[in-house]
Amino acid sequence: MMYRIENLHLSLPDMTRKPLLGAAPRIEILKSLTFDVPKGAVLGIVGGSGSGKSTLGRVMLRLLEPTAGSIVFDGTDITHTDEVQLRPMRRRFQMIFQDPMSSLNPRRRVDGIIGGPLRLHGLDGLRSRVDEALDMVGLPRGFAHRYPHELSGGQRQRVGIARAIALRPDFILADEIVSGLDVSSQAQVLNLLEDLVRELGLTLAFISHDLSVIRRLCSRIIVLHQGLIVEDAETAELFTSPKAAYTRELLQAIPLPDPDQPWD
Amino acid sequence: MRPFLSIRNLSVALKNGGLILRNVSLDVAVGKVHGLVGESGAGKSMIGKSVLGTLPRALQITGGEIWLDGVDLLSIPPAQRRKRIGATAALIPQDPLTALNPTRRIGPQITRRLVDILGWTKADAQARALELLEEVQIADPARVMRNYPHELSGGMRQRILIASAFAAKPKLIIADEPTTALDVTVQKQILRLIADMQARHGSALLFVTHDLGVVSKVCDALSVLYAGKVVEDAQMRRFFCRPVHPYSRALLAATPTYTNPTGSLMPVPQSVIDAVEREVVQHDRRWRA
Ligand SMILES: Nc1ncnc2c1ncn2[C@@H]1O[C@H](COP(=O)(O)OP(=O)(O)OP(=O)(O)O)[C@@H](O)[C@H]1O
Ligand SMILES: Nc1ncnc2c1ncn2[C@@H]1O[C@H](COP(=O)(O)OP(=O)(O)OP(=O)(O)O)[C@@H](O)[C@H]1O
Ligand SMILES: [Mg+2]
Ligand SMILES: [Mg+2]
Repeated sequence: MMYRIENLHLSLPDMTRKPLLGAAPRIEILKSLTFDVPKGAVLGIVGGSGSGKSTLGRVMLRLLEPTAGSIVFDGTDITHTDEVQLRPMRRRFQMIFQDPMSSLNPRRRVDGIIGGPLRLHGLDGLRSRVDEALDMVGLPRGFAHRYPHELSGGQRQRVGIARAIALRPDFILADEIVSGLDVSSQAQVLNLLEDLVRELGLTLAFISHDLSVIRRLCSRIIVLHQGLIVEDAETAELFTSPKAAYTRELLQAIPLPDPDQPWD
Repeated sequence: MRPFLSIRNLSVALKNGGLILRNVSLDVAVGKVHGLVGESGAGKSMIGKSVLGTLPRALQITGGEIWLDGVDLLSIPPAQRRKRIGATAALIPQDPLTALNPTRRIGPQITRRLVDILGWTKADAQARALELLEEVQIADPARVMRNYPHELSGGMRQRILIASAFAAKPKLIIADEPTTALDVTVQKQILRLIADMQARHGSALLFVTHDLGVVSKVCDALSVLYAGKVVEDAQMRRFFCRPVHPYSRALLAATPTYTNPTGSLMPVPQSVIDAVEREVVQHDRRWRA
């Protein structure tokens, strides 16, 4: 198992209700989540806006510490591991963010953006690793000298992917990485991810609100609603016989490129 | 009579000469929704920015007309133009992550325009903001007014920007990918809501999106843009039944649908790109001649 997650809870302080003295009351954001991510799987995480998908991602990567429950990553319990002990493990799980423009440093060239984390983790052979990562995402090596503003949205997203895979992680969490892309770039990025999963044996969790994309890419899907998992199913099953009312609602709301689709 | 928004032969270029928009023409009538589709970098946002007078410094309008409510904005003095735009048009911006000021609470960010530009009282603006947040389905509006942007999810921030765009009841709304960060159920509510508010205020809506599924649900007509040139201009239904331009057909083929899971996704083929690039070059030659 890549991830084994049990009874995961997360609450954050509600700063808007903080009294002048004393602690702020807490809001529960993730309410007892249990699920596994097998090695080599592509797990889809779908759910409404504000349902806790990004927060779940941040907890899985231990950018946030759970309030209760446990996270086991490849056999190691990382639920409360401190930052010093986490550091050598961090290379093994990576995140790709939604907004390629604000997650790439505008003042660094592509080689610096991809090479930075490599240096941070003390890896050698920087040049060849950067070139290799660019090859894998299908960008010309000459792009190493470009700045983010000299790239299109789809190209920037590929730089984000290259930065993550250059570290040769075991697990990548992709948070809404294609929702801002036009359909053609979207197709390129999805085809690329599929190849990488196959060639590198990556395990992938893919957060998206686009069920058409999820169906294309994922083998299993969990559906989050208000901090709870309301459905956990094989992809084909979820689409042919959705169990949860919320899943059915999601399916019915997908706008197909067809003016005659009933949509009310 | 001219449509409420009528863009005629609009050209925009980089100050160093590179063309960004090539002779763009499109019309949006009162109560209508006009879609603007095309790949990243095609110039969709720059059309909106040309209308609103917010082009980046490196770009300038080099020709054409922008008629808004019977007046060509490009033929009147800048101060007058800004005033007209401020009173008539509103933008739902593309990037909900950077469009909100991270150091200010949500409440004042919505009410400021009402108070500063339209002279509402603070109390009225506050009440209107709460009402709008409820309309965009924000669960606890009073709390959210006191939140900072980073305390809200991406979709919540996007809905806040939609609410603020409608605050002053604009007659023209330019929505730049207004639902990209939303899940489909909220997207559906929001699209209905936008349609609703639009019908109630009789606004004209220019709707930028890369989602052809959304286009088929909300738009009356659309323009397909490639490299700043309109390659197809169509009534919505005609576009989906009989797309004319090869680039339009390729875009439709690249759109994933959950009802067709095995069909592999086809990025726009190089041959189509090459053909449309040639078209653009020819256009530029004719234009310069
Ligand atoms: N720092 C924070 N302080 C308080 N509340 C927070 C904080 N971060 C997130 N939340 C709340 O947690 C909930 C879940 O947020 P999250 O960003 O995980 O949602 P999401 O499922 O990713 O939504 P979206 O699809 O809109 O991105 C939201 O209600 C949000 O307001
Ligand atoms: N400040 C700027 N300086 C130079 N070129 C710019 C600037 N802003 C935009 N451009 C260029 O103008 C063109 C059109 O950009 P625009 O933002 O309108 O694209 P878009 O169709 O909205 O794309 P997206 O779907 O990615 O938002 C692009 O080629 C872009 O590189
Ligand atoms: Mg999110
Ligand atoms: Mg844009």
